[in-house]
Amino acid sequence: MDESMILVDHITKEYILGQIGRTTLRDELQRLGARIRHREDPTQKIGAQQYERGDTFFALDDVSFELKAGERVGIIGRNGAGKSTLLKLISRVTVPSSGMIGLNGRVASMLEIGTGFHPELTGRENIYMNGAILGMRKKEIDEKLEDIIEFSECRQFIDTPVKRYSSGMYVKLAFAVAAHLDSEIMVMDEVLAVGDMAFQKKCLDKMNDVSRSQSRTILYVSHNMNTIRQLCKRCIVLDQGKLIYDGDVEEGIRQYMDAGGMSFDKKMDLISVPRLKGISRRILFVSAEIHRDNNVYTSHEPMDIVFSLKAENVQENVRFMMILFYQDGTRIGKTESGEFTVQPGINMVSVSVPNKGLADGAYYYEISILQRSRSFAREKCDCIPNVIPFVINNTEVFGVKGEMWKSNYWGHIMMDPIQVTSQ
Amino acid sequence: MEKAFHYKTTITSQHRVFDLHVRETLRYRDLIFLFVKRDFTAKYKQTILGPLWAVIQPLLTTVVFTIIFGRLAKLTTADAPGDLMIPGFLFYMAGNICWGYFSTTINDVSNVFIRNRNIMGKVYFPRLVGPVSSACSNLISFGIQFALMLVILLIYIFTGSAGVRITPMLLLIPLLVLHLMILAIGCGIIVSSVTTKYRDLAMLVSFGLQLWQYGSPVAYGLELVPDQYRGLYLLNPVTPILTAFRYVLFGTGYFGISYYMVSLFVTGVIFLIGLVLFSRIERTFMDTI
Repeated sequence: MDESMILVDHITKEYILGQIGRTTLRDELQRLGARIRHREDPTQKIGAQQYERGDTFFALDDVSFELKAGERVGIIGRNGAGKSTLLKLISRVTVPSSGMIGLNGRVASMLEIGTGFHPELTGRENIYMNGAILGMRKKEIDEKLEDIIEFSECRQFIDTPVKRYSSGMYVKLAFAVAAHLDSEIMVMDEVLAVGDMAFQKKCLDKMNDVSRSQSRTILYVSHNMNTIRQLCKRCIVLDQGKLIYDGDVEEGIRQYMDAGGMSFDKKMDLISVPRLKGISRRILFVSAEIHRDNNVYTSHEPMDIVFSLKAENVQENVRFMMILFYQDGTRIGKTESGEFTVQPGINMVSVSVPNKGLADGAYYYEISILQRSRSFAREKCDCIPNVIPFVINNTEVFGVKGEMWKSNYWGHIMMDPIQVTSQ
Repeated sequence: MEKAFHYKTTITSQHRVFDLHVRETLRYRDLIFLFVKRDFTAKYKQTILGPLWAVIQPLLTTVVFTIIFGRLAKLTTADAPGDLMIPGFLFYMAGNICWGYFSTTINDVSNVFIRNRNIMGKVYFPRLVGPVSSACSNLISFGIQFALMLVILLIYIFTGSAGVRITPMLLLIPLLVLHLMILAIGCGIIVSSVTTKYRDLAMLVSFGLQLWQYGSPVAYGLELVPDQYRGLYLLNPVTPILTAFRYVLFGTGYFGISYYMVSLFVTGVIFLIGLVLFSRIERTFMDTI
């Protein structure tokens, strides 16, 4: 179990910005000529500084970690954090600018579904094609062909060209090949995002199974925290090319949320947050306090917040409005409080926000203070977008323990169960 | 770097010049075979005539050559002095199928990175698999054309209308084709390596190939070349292959062993330079393409 399978040793990958694809032979010759004559580079832009660090971009910056046999590791990070670059390096698609990667075994890389699938070839032919691209010999594929067809659930269409397949069937076939590859290392980039629920579960089970029984090492990149939770025992968080966390999955996910610029603090300073235009500023948020160690809730737990507000004069008919967003910015819903009166100076207002019915996922709020005037018009006194990040993690879905919530299919609200009224 | 010792595969930015991945490429021969099969299937699926298309083009070119270079321009089809036994049609056809194979292969191989970037950008396999399978794919069309050529040759022989004969030398054809194939792969991978960075060269390829054809005895016999330039002309590595091809096929013509050896040597050098360049470029071409 403790044989080292992957070593990533101080890996840096640097890309030159703006240069790629603009070099022609003539430019290069001119540059060479200028260098020989110790002149300025004639192809260089005027004012551009030569060999500045700013001209390059570090997709990965000094990343190191080691994976042992049988480990299942999730890699998370925002877009552009360097996840895909890391997988590309491990898959040997390109080489690092510096550092070393050591691999102890064959790598089955699925950076994309069905690499090398040709639409004109039949399912069976594509199994051979895909398998060979992933490094299998024909004999190996022959031996496993039955298992692959069985797993793919495409037996009926196996001799039909894949251009007539549905996208789901395509994915199933592709995954089936990779899962049956005798590789010691499996590298996957968000490949389970497609395919139906039952098949996703089947894939996760299969990966869990091969990782345990054949002690295969799995490196998995996903934005879906639930699959990371299900599959992985360890988690690596990348942010802007740097490794910022390596360890426990839950802690890693928390770090990832933090890296998204939405850190959870027990006491959030709100008075210094820059405000948008269009607010009267008669009442302002000063701070928000949450007396909890983490920001993970089940949908049955209300969130208790103590807001501190500031006003010059007595303000009547005041209420809170909170708009709920999913982490990707999708608007989920709105809630408001009852009316209250704000006294001059600092006011502490405790509220309890019921997040009832929310499905698993990470959310945040936009908070506002509204005031009703005598003419019944409502006026916005203060508004702060993007605050109070929190995570809903339900232990069960409709009474089934350990079931995953698939927000990309089901949305973000777990409605109350249907009551069977007569039978 | 003592850490590297514990791992079967290591990936670093350093690269040894002669790290050519030849053995690894041979290990992936199943993939080469599958690529060839894929190219063939994909090319002729949903066409009515299928592989017949492989012979239509060289056949038409040969007819055109026979009319223009043979009847109108009256260029000689003799490779050796006094040798005019080969009917023009056979002469042009032999040259055309060889040159067709050579130029198509160079063209295909030189585009190998661009054509396969979807696959190569996602998964590792020895990149040399691409050029080799392209060359092998074209070998199928060549085989079909050659079979047709043999049939026509037999018709000529049975009707007794020409002084061509079939000799045991015909068995040397595969070696000549292998030679031509290696030369084509060599030229192709040099172009493909250079074009990943400088696209300029891609513009030159088809034009260059056209010029090269005029500099090779495809549309005329070797006898057309004045004696004083003959030596220089034969340094073109394709020339000895073409004349040798006709020599073994028709049992008459020109075969100079020393020039053939020079061609073999030049082929070897081009192929080696190609391999070195290719193995340098293949590691990072995904970043620049």
